[in-house]
Amino acid sequence: MTRRPPPAKKVWTWRSRALRGLVYQLIAVLAVGLGVWWLASNTMHNMQVRGIQSGFDFLGRPAGFDIGESLYEFDSGQPYWRAFLIGLTNTLRVALIGIVLSTLLGTLLGVGRFSRNALVRGLCYAYVEFVRNVPVLLQLLMWYVFFAEVLPTAADAWTFGPLFLSKGGLSFPIPIWEAGHLWGVSGLLAGAVLAFAYRRWSFRTFEATGQPRSLFWVPLAVFVLVGVLGWAAGGAPAHFNSPVKGEFSIEQGGSLTPEFLAVVLGLSIYTAAFIAEVVRAGIQSVVRGQGEAAAALGLSPGQSMRLVRLPQALRVIIPPLTNQYLNLTKNSSLAVAIGYPEVVSIATTSLNQTGRAVECISIVMLVYLTTSLTTSFFMNWYNRRAAIKER
Amino acid sequence: MTATTFDPIAARPAPAKTSGAAEWIRANLFGDWTTGLMTLLVGGALLYAVTHVLSWAVFRAAWLPDHNACRVEGVGACWGVVAEKYRFILFGRYPFEEQWRALAATLLMLCLLVASCTRAFWRPWLVVLWAVVLGIFFALMYGNVMGLPKVETDRWGGLPLTILLASLSITLAFPIAVGVALGRRSNLPAIRAVCTVYVELIRGVPLISVLFMASFMFPLFMPEGFSIDVLIRVLAGITLFAAAYLAEVIRGGLQAIPKGQLEAAATLGLSYWQTQKKIVLPQALAMVVPSIMNNFIGLFKDTSLVTIVSLYELTGALSLAINSDANWRPFKLEGYLFIALIYFAFCFSMSRYSLWVEKQVNKGQAR
Repeated sequence: MTRRPPPAKKVWTWRSRALRGLVYQLIAVLAVGLGVWWLASNTMHNMQVRGIQSGFDFLGRPAGFDIGESLYEFDSGQPYWRAFLIGLTNTLRVALIGIVLSTLLGTLLGVGRFSRNALVRGLCYAYVEFVRNVPVLLQLLMWYVFFAEVLPTAADAWTFGPLFLSKGGLSFPIPIWEAGHLWGVSGLLAGAVLAFAYRRWSFRTFEATGQPRSLFWVPLAVFVLVGVLGWAAGGAPAHFNSPVKGEFSIEQGGSLTPEFLAVVLGLSIYTAAFIAEVVRAGIQSVVRGQGEAAAALGLSPGQSMRLVRLPQALRVIIPPLTNQYLNLTKNSSLAVAIGYPEVVSIATTSLNQTGRAVECISIVMLVYLTTSLTTSFFMNWYNRRAAIKER
Repeated sequence: MTATTFDPIAARPAPAKTSGAAEWIRANLFGDWTTGLMTLLVGGALLYAVTHVLSWAVFRAAWLPDHNACRVEGVGACWGVVAEKYRFILFGRYPFEEQWRALAATLLMLCLLVASCTRAFWRPWLVVLWAVVLGIFFALMYGNVMGLPKVETDRWGGLPLTILLASLSITLAFPIAVGVALGRRSNLPAIRAVCTVYVELIRGVPLISVLFMASFMFPLFMPEGFSIDVLIRVLAGITLFAAAYLAEVIRGGLQAIPKGQLEAAATLGLSYWQTQKKIVLPQALAMVVPSIMNNFIGLFKDTSLVTIVSLYELTGALSLAINSDANWRPFKLEGYLFIALIYFAFCFSMSRYSLWVEKQVNKGQAR
């Protein structure tokens, strides 16, 4: 039987570690507190002297500026807080779409580094090296020049079927909402339920009998088929609001502005290079024996990557991937340089109009801190799910 | 009964050739039909793209600094914009006659950076060398000594500014980062909390908001009548930003030190600071040198952001050079490609260097 040593008694002399620790901490806290107090009092004093008003009351006043693009209607008579809300939604829109696109592209590029085809390997390597080593701001500016200046005017827009690409942005047809679409939507919902049920059933039969069934293609087919059936039952409405080439601009249809395209493409392409490296490092961390065992079982190289190596690499990939997502979100603030109205851009405009530097910059910091913390919270949750389940 | 004679079986044929260009192509490009098809598809697309890009960038390009030649129908890239504006792009608004000083300062700084990367210079006196070279750099750029006319910092720009911001901020950030990293692993809860809040706060916000803070809010923070040059303010902002990221990298190295090292140091009777200085930091820092290099590359690219707060480093100088001249405004893309090449040259060589350092560091572990 081992006996624990009695807890060390704290001795409060100048030579004791406990006292010195306490003193150091007191000094640190005092220094930080005094520093913050000094800065705050300076700020107060300066604001008083210069007659700068403070407080967040300006948020309720009319903004007095227009915003190029927004998810909902905005005019200059509406208050500042609505402008900031639009900035926030624009930031989130870019971040979400950018995260999806860069993950897809980055995974493809990272997996491509292991291709048996030397040409594909070389191309993926060259992409990563070129894109990674040029500042993202410069890339955004280049994309913006491409979309806003190099592209032809609306009159001779590039046409790809129903799509138009010109200085005015990308125009595309959008379906017009009709009652019949409700059938289509309910068909898709029913398809999703059926596909899910089929997957569970095939899992059960596999575990009971060892008979493998398709877990991906058949459910997908069921989902799509039932959706199409529902749409057909609703009378197959197919009216589109298609863009038409006007004299000075492309009219009607849905459209994406050149600013939005430049930001999304620039950020996705830049971040994809980093994600590719993350994915590559993750796959490399899976021991060789796993790939060899998969080959011995008769899996094709593609199956081995999809079913054996990638799922194991995921555990290594997720933490650095989270960092890349956060970087992308933070880099979306660079959109201010090309005039995309995200939250930093709205804040600088408001700052110039109201002179409330402290408030506007605090709002920006708060927005990014919140998004960063939320993203890392979600990714930590996913990371725990993907971690090895040990007995 | 016949005598059995030894009858050797025929020798196996030599294996098919496995080295050489033809074999390499067969194995890597046409291994099986999917690979072959992929090669044809990708190769075709690549060939198409490369011929078009080459035709635009080389064969149909206009090279002379004449903007009318660039507007002729069918002309590709207009490199004339670089030929015409390269001094403005490289040195920003620095006075034209004095640009030799900026060039000399840049070259000196580059020599210092290259020297710091070579093994022969990894000595204590490197710190002195840095101080001396930085002194000469500022003397050359700012002037006002030895008959050199004074050039205010708001006219500094281009490549010298980029290199100054990147190298000075990482150097200043390093000691802060070591302190913060140690603080985050300290046993004292208050110190740990202060360091954690600092790191998480800075890492949670984009660099641009820190720069805005440095340029708009900093004057409010200081006592009345006290003003600091905007270059110094921005430098301070970047330094604080870089320190938070660097601290996390160093903390990673600290975490990788086995506990036995600390216990052994304690057994020998070393104090906390002795342990950190003699045992922990040398091992931890050596381990994270490649990550520090990556950080530096990131910082070098991030200096382009100071354009947004009106300091005209490489990116800003280019916009200034081209936006101020209506003749050349349509050829911005070529200008961007030119500075992209400069950034690429710097960052790519640094990443190659980082690979070399990684090998050097791992030599001790190799058996």
